[in-house]
Amino acid sequence: MGILGRRSLLRGLAVAAVGAVAAPLASSRLATASPTAAGTPGRLRRWSMVIDLRKCDGCQSIGKPPQCTEACIQGHFAPEPMEWIQVYEAPLAEQAGTQFIPTPCQHCQNAPCVNVCPVGATFATPEGTVLIDQQRCIGCRLCMEACMYDRRFFNWGSPAQPPQSLFMDYSPEHQTPAIRGTVMKCDFCPDMARAGRLPYCAQGCPRGAIYYGDLEEDLATNGSEVVKMSRFLTENNGYRLKEDLGTEPRVHYIPGHGELAGRKPTTTGRKPTEWPWQKTIGGAIPWQR
Amino acid sequence: MAEVAYVPPAWRERLETRGLAPLRSTGARYWAWIGFLVLVIAWAVYQYATQLNNGLIVTGMRDRISWGVYIISFVFFIGISHAGTLLSAILRVTKARWQMSVTRMAEFITVVALMVGALFPLIDMGRVDRVLGLLQYGRWQSPLMWDIFAITTYLTGSTLYLYLPIIPDFALARDRLGPTAPRWRRVFYEVAALGWRGTPEQRKLLDRAMTTMMIVIIPVAVSVHTVVSWIFAMTLRVAFNSTVFGPFFVAGAIFSGIAAIIILMAVLRKLLHLEEWITRTQFLYLGYMLAAFTLIMAYFNLQELVVSGYKMESGQTFHFAELMTGPFAPAYIYYWIGGMVIPGLIMLYPRTRTIAGITVAAVLVLVAMWIERFLIVVPGFRVPLMAYDARNYFPTLVEWSILAGAVALFMLIISVFAKVFPIISIWEVVEHRGPEPGAPAPADVRRVRPEVRPGFAPVATAAALESEGVRP
Repeated sequence: MGILGRRSLLRGLAVAAVGAVAAPLASSRLATASPTAAGTPGRLRRWSMVIDLRKCDGCQSIGKPPQCTEACIQGHFAPEPMEWIQVYEAPLAEQAGTQFIPTPCQHCQNAPCVNVCPVGATFATPEGTVLIDQQRCIGCRLCMEACMYDRRFFNWGSPAQPPQSLFMDYSPEHQTPAIRGTVMKCDFCPDMARAGRLPYCAQGCPRGAIYYGDLEEDLATNGSEVVKMSRFLTENNGYRLKEDLGTEPRVHYIPGHGELAGRKPTTTGRKPTEWPWQKTIGGAIPWQR
Repeated sequence: MAEVAYVPPAWRERLETRGLAPLRSTGARYWAWIGFLVLVIAWAVYQYATQLNNGLIVTGMRDRISWGVYIISFVFFIGISHAGTLLSAILRVTKARWQMSVTRMAEFITVVALMVGALFPLIDMGRVDRVLGLLQYGRWQSPLMWDIFAITTYLTGSTLYLYLPIIPDFALARDRLGPTAPRWRRVFYEVAALGWRGTPEQRKLLDRAMTTMMIVIIPVAVSVHTVVSWIFAMTLRVAFNSTVFGPFFVAGAIFSGIAAIIILMAVLRKLLHLEEWITRTQFLYLGYMLAAFTLIMAYFNLQELVVSGYKMESGQTFHFAELMTGPFAPAYIYYWIGGMVIPGLIMLYPRTRTIAGITVAAVLVLVAMWIERFLIVVPGFRVPLMAYDARNYFPTLVEWSILAGAVALFMLIISVFAKVFPIISIWEVVEHRGPEPGAPAPADVRRVRPEVRPGFAPVATAAALESEGVRP
């Protein structure tokens, strides 16, 4: 099966699922408060992520751009300069060096972006995942002002998209094809999760630093190892970004600076992100962030 | 009307002639001016078309500074719309009378600034073709919906409030323009006057309607600029995360509104020869208010600086450094000196407290208030949220052109209005004319006009009396 076939199939499933679950609640935040009313039988997934910063060296050791970002760009056809999961290099305290922080959308449970959207184009699914419906987004960018994690990307120009994207069924869970004048961001790949696969970024990470899982089952995996999420976080001093803002992110971090990958914090810099798929098609006009 | 006080017929004749003059004849200079404005607007429309064609990539905005000139100008225009509310509602409520000859202009500013200002969020939208989605999917949780609700309410209310006091003047135009006037004008004034004959019953109705609107419009105006500030203050960004933004924006709105009306007064007074009715007094009193608001604005700014600056949260350190010593320092210093200190000083010294001086102060303030909005939006967005280098924002030709087009559109609508609507509220100026010093005062003067105080005696009369040989 080619890439198109598999995606279309997944998307078909996803559209059906989203249609059944999300449509009646698309614009309503109240929906998240009463998941059982959503008509989904049984327990509801609460997709979450744990990123072990001890293992993240920004792909310094392999001499490539961060592979989580690359996999995400390749999988979502994210237009340049969008890095839905971006590996920031942040200074450690007292100039002790730097750490790499892969940062996807934090999928806040008290999401400022969802609150301010005037048309409900940004919404939280009953599972707690924050998605954007680019077919409804009016491009006012209030959500970009509200997001405190710099995790939202606007299609300022005409986003380059590969020809096959035209045949893809659009879904907020897999935002292809990208639409000019609308906002995009990490969608947490819930369609892949439902099909039993890890998000692109977790698949792409050569160190297994990204664990993806379900808070409801309290399990997460990086593809080779399964952890009990609550214990994993407690034992390793897990934290969330800007926790004091009260946004309640679903993305957790384990503090570190790539020590398990053998990185010294004083070794700074990483390879810049690339958009290789975008070079394969002509006429793309990228912009700067 | 005439029973209120003795009104010299010659004075009244002059007022009505002057007030209706723009409706009677139009010179070549007017058409040249209109042509110029239309050119500027056409250029802006062309630039907007390139934006529609290529997307917002043609602007200087990007992900990290995702709002720019458009939202700045939106806040600015909505701000100056408060001119009308101040003059014709707040001052009317306090029974001031000196502003009667300029209320109409102020109400023009309100309505036109709202119409122009409301365009900016549309221009700023990435998908303006989906604007009806706001009706279809609108959510009241979003500050943007509050804006839409407040601004449409305010526009409706202030349009009504513009129209009500014009009715008697429409009737005057209907009765006075005569058969030589173009047909469309005769029909228009006939219809627009709503059969006004000035009967006691009609006057009572009008009075009641105006009183209602005058009171209703004040909280609406306050709410408008409060919710405009809330599109910023409802976010967690450190520069916007402030509880003082609502009143701060309302004060700034009135401040810039005063400046706008002073400038429009100065221009129309010269162009339409209204020197007799718009005298130094109107400039002086509005100038005093401008001076008072320089202090109020300075107070709000100090409040922000001191409370945030004392604690110096990390993002705030960056923000203040950028404003005071960084790339925004020249604009920030101009905002303080040109927007607050110099206008205050101009009003402080009697020698500079002239019509020209006050107009200069108003121009300084108006420019400073656009810059102030720039200094709120751009440096506020510039504070990095994550470990990245702060981004720059330089507006492009497209954005400047559209701003110029909006200013031109503002002037164009005012210019057209000035040709269709009597630019002075003639009947109110007549009505609120003070008792003549030498004239036999009717017995009921005190009952009809108990609010006249010496300091606020109608000023429109001074020059008129002199020219009639009566010493005021």
